[in-house]
This record gives sequence, structure tokens and C-alpha cells, in this order.
Amino acid sequence: MTSREKILSAIKTNQPDLATLPDVDFLLQEDVDIPEKFIASLTAIGGQVVMVKNHSAIKAFIAENFIHPSRKITTVSELEDIAEYIEDNSTVPHSLENVDYAIIEADLAIAENGAIWVTEDKIRTRVLPFITQHLAVIVKKKDVVPTMHYAYNKIAANDYGFATFIAGPSKTADIEQSLVLGAHGSRSMTVFLMAQ
Amino acid sequence: MQNTTNHAELAEVFNNDEARVDWHDETLWWIRSKRDVAVNKISNWEVLRETASQIKNNVLSNLNNYLQQFEGNAIANGIIIHWAADAKEHNQIVLSILEKHSIHQMVKSKSMLTEECHLNDFLEENGINVIDSDLGERIVQLAKEMPSHIVLPCIHKKKEEIGELFHQHLGTPAGNADPQFLTETARQHLRDTFLTRRAALTGINFAIAETGEFVVCTNEGNADMGAHLADVHIASMGIEKIIPERKHLGVFLRLLTRSATGQPITTYSSHFKRPNKGKEMHIIIVDNGRSIQLGREDFRNSLKCIRCGACMNTCPVYRRSGGHSYHNAISGPIGSILAPNLDMEKYADLPFASTLCGSCTNVCPVKIDIHQQLYKWRQVIVKNGYVPAAKKASMQIMDWTLSSPTAYHTAGKAGRLVLKYAPFMVNNKLNPWYKHRDMPEPPKESFGEWYKKNRK
Repeated sequence: MTSREKILSAIKTNQPDLATLPDVDFLLQEDVDIPEKFIASLTAIGGQVVMVKNHSAIKAFIAENFIHPSRKITTVSELEDIAEYIEDNSTVPHSLENVDYAIIEADLAIAENGAIWVTEDKIRTRVLPFITQHLAVIVKKKDVVPTMHYAYNKIAANDYGFATFIAGPSKTADIEQSLVLGAHGSRSMTVFLMAQ
Repeated sequence: MQNTTNHAELAEVFNNDEARVDWHDETLWWIRSKRDVAVNKISNWEVLRETASQIKNNVLSNLNNYLQQFEGNAIANGIIIHWAADAKEHNQIVLSILEKHSIHQMVKSKSMLTEECHLNDFLEENGINVIDSDLGERIVQLAKEMPSHIVLPCIHKKKEEIGELFHQHLGTPAGNADPQFLTETARQHLRDTFLTRRAALTGINFAIAETGEFVVCTNEGNADMGAHLADVHIASMGIEKIIPERKHLGVFLRLLTRSATGQPITTYSSHFKRPNKGKEMHIIIVDNGRSIQLGREDFRNSLKCIRCGACMNTCPVYRRSGGHSYHNAISGPIGSILAPNLDMEKYADLPFASTLCGSCTNVCPVKIDIHQQLYKWRQVIVKNGYVPAAKKASMQIMDWTLSSPTAYHTAGKAGRLVLKYAPFMVNNKLNPWYKHRDMPEPPKESFGEWYKKNRK
């Protein structure tokens, strides 16, 4: 008997009688001021929210705040004039080791915890939002949902090879519970909350 | 035969430094308080806990099917699935994958399962260099210790000790113990590791039967940095990590970090469904005693655990005895109900390392009846003869005394006389009950005697 058969047969023998799987859709019932809550949540975990009208406003913000020459990458076609534009998944991940600033787009954001959701097709190269020193994410205001339940309701059965929730800059408190931003992932996270 | 290291003895070592015990106690209680703040912001927290508990009950009752569903979907997604009956087989599988690719260096993110399997030691013995990338785990690895907490691996260490470790191993200036500086040093040192390792191993927080994908949660981003830069990603999971559907993640991800550290969610909750093109992704599904625990009616609920560590942070014994006193990969209350399943004799002491106050049960996000299981394990352990001879003898004397009224009255009188006239006979080094405890004032007479006198 293989280990697989051994394990599955032991489980079958030992598992209790079938218990009903509860419904979780009833949890879709939050009623909160969504963008306000999102801003508060992301700010509380060390992120920054910038309200913008359009892509020009984002360009202006970046021009003003990232003045030092540095390697900027974007997966957003509207920003290809201010950063290296990555349009497909052919980039070698290791070639991104010196990226200072990455600007990506997210499909949705969550008010209760300040997280944004990105799928592989939005970031092109899986390692991009982690390896960059600083991360900026564009989210449309209308794509902010109240809770995780709404997020998964929206994600539904979408297909992706890789996807992730990102909530704020990477961090650790492993040394005497002192919070330090910038563990192994990005040192900062800015969300451009776009009006339209 | 009794094990030579037990919780009480190891706790005593930890308690030699009283100031450190106080600091440890306060730090963990602070985290428990942060959990309370986060939890109180969620209006339907108890509903969430109940829902999570019911989902996990369903998982355990249908695990056989869910595992096969998960396997089928993962294979269809291009992931290679392995099954390991025990720790040894798990370790062997990891080694064989690395050998196939002629890889001698691996970067690892946090996986308590690999601690349980003692994977690092095994790989080192076989010429594989392993670097733990979670900062806390890297610190205990440099110190050649086990993690003392499942979420906060080096919670027992002072920053000065960490500074000294970094000075010795990473060449930082002696005496620098600034957390910001030390974290930055680790970031630089590990960035180079991430960029040069061809294999990365991660744990798995949740494996979704419906889609064949798995979720890994970190705050540091180390699991993603390792996995996305490596050619081979190995992910190890216990059989109980399964959840039925993707939407159930909504429930568990809301509960996990709020219970663990009081954060609303981890910085990264990464969903791995398919390997990147040209890369390999492996999942090792490990039993290692879990299917036996599933058959123990009183203890199977321990398999609902999502490894948040809330039971440790709240435990008055854990906070004052330190994680290493549990001499097991998983410490604290949950470790104490998981460990005896693996080796009842070796871990016979752990279910006794509790006051049975029930605080662990109250904070558990999946409603495991932890303190009740601790109480039940004690009975199983005594019945199987795994208690120290002295405890067994005193229990037998207690049994005889309590079942005979004459003996009970005589013993009570004798006890009061001893406490009054010869306290040294009980308050001495031979009686562990009097360690760190003050003597009670003995009453002049028993209630029985008082009642006899006053009934008229």
C-alpha cells in the first residue's frame, strides 16, 4: 500500500459522521462608509492613501515625491511615459532586484483591513510587488468593498495562476515586538484611490 | 521510564531570571490585549468563530474526500503532489526533490510542520544548507534553538542577545541592538539569499479543495520572495489544512491575524494555484499522526487549529514558563493537546502544564475546547501509566483518603497539626507544591468539628 492509500484509508476509518457545511453568504451584510474605512485601515497599518482624479494626478504626485533618479517600473499602460512599462510576463524575476518603485493596478480593495487584491495578469511578474523597494497601487474608488466576504464574492471562481492580498508595507515585530516597516517586501505602500 | 526533561523542570530554568519572566509575561499579554482591541471592532466576531468552527467540523468529517478533491485539482493545475505518512517520509521527499535538481541550498519560510519533522537537521546531515527567512526563525536558527512560539519564534529573546548573534554571524557592530538596524541587516543579508536560491520551501495556511490552490500568509514577504525567485517551490502541509471552498477563506483570513497579533490581516495573503512557466511546484501532504488523532473522539477537534497562537498569548502558564519548557515544536495549550498524540510517554507532562482556567478556549478562533482536552488527556495519561511514580503514589493515597471518612478526618487533623507545629515537614524542597507559594494559615478546626460543636 502506498502512503497515499494508507493515509486516505486511515482518515476514512477515523473521520466522524458527516457534519453539515455551513452557509457563509449570510455574512455579506456589512454597511460601512467604505472609502473612509479603507483609508483608516490602510493608514493604521503603515500605508498611505492618496486621492486622485486621474492618471495625470498620479504622475504629478510621483514627480513631486520621487525626485531622485531611480528605477521605476509600471504595469499600467497610462504611465509608460514616467516608468519602464512591463506589458507581458516575459521579464526574468531576478532582473527586478534593483527596482525602487513599482506602480501596479488592483481589481479590488477591502475597507475592513486596507488590503488590495492583485492577480498575476495585473503584476505580470509574480515577484514584482514584493521585490520592489516601494509599492504604489491604483484602485478605483468604486472597487473598494466592505469586508473579505465581499472580496471573495467578487473574486468568485476567477482563474489565476497566482494572486495575493497586500495590506501595507512588509513588516516585522520579531525583535522585542518593536514594529519595523520594510522586512523583506516593500518598505512603503501607497494606494492611489481614483475617483472615477 | 520517565522523560528526563519535563515542563516543570524546564519552566524552573526559565524562572531563574525573574525579570525576564515578568517581561515575557507582559509582552505576551500586550499581544493578547491587541487581539481584544481588534476583535471588538468586529460586530459579529462570535458568529465568525462559530462559522469557522462548523466549517472545520465539516472538513474533519469529510477529509478523505476533500483531500482527493484537492489533489485532483492541484494536479490539473500543474502541481506535483506527494503524500508522506510520517516525518521521515516527508524529509526524504524534500531531499529527493532537491537531489533531482542537484540543489544544495534552500531558503525556507515559516512552516511549523517542518519544525515538527526536524527537517533542517535532516537536510544539514545530508549536505543541504537551509536558511530560514522569517526574521524570528532566522534568529533562533542562528542561536541553534527551536522557535518558542508558533507566530513569534524568538519572543523569548532580548534585543541585546539578538544584537550579539548578529554581531557574531552577520558582522554587525558589537553592542548594536537597535531593532530597526538589525531588521535592515537581515533584509540585506536575506535578499542575497533569495536571489541565489534555486529552491524555496514554504508552509501552507489553507489548501482549497474546490480549486487546488493554497494560501500562504506572511507579514515579511519572505515566502513570496523565496518562492517567486526559485525554480522549485516545495510547500508542506498537514492533512488538516484543507478548507472546502475559496469563499471560506473570507472567514478564516478575518479570524487568523486578529487572533494572532491584533492585525486586521497579514501584509501578504498569497494564493498559489499554478507553477510559473518553466518552474516546478510541489505539495507534500503529511499525516504524521494526524489520522490517529482524527480517530480520538475527545481530541480530534485539536485538528481544527489554524495556528494563530492566541491560546499561548493568553495562557498564564505559557507566559510565565516560556515556549521552550514545552520541549515540542508547538508549545503552549494547543501544543499540549497535540503532542501526547505523537508520543504519550514523552509528552505526558504537557497536559498538566495548565491551570485549566479556560482562557485558551475562550480566545480560540475555531472554538477548540482546549482546556477540556487538557483535562481529558490527564485522565488518559494516568490510565496508561505515564505519570511519575511520586505523582501516582500521592494520587493513590489521595484516593484512599477521600474514599474513607475515618482516614479523611484523621488526615485533616494531622495536616492542620503539621502546618501549625511542623510546617517544615511540608514546606521543604521535596514538596513541589510549595515552590513559589506561601503557606496557608491552618484553621483551628475542620468544618466537621465546628458543626459538631455548634449544631445544638
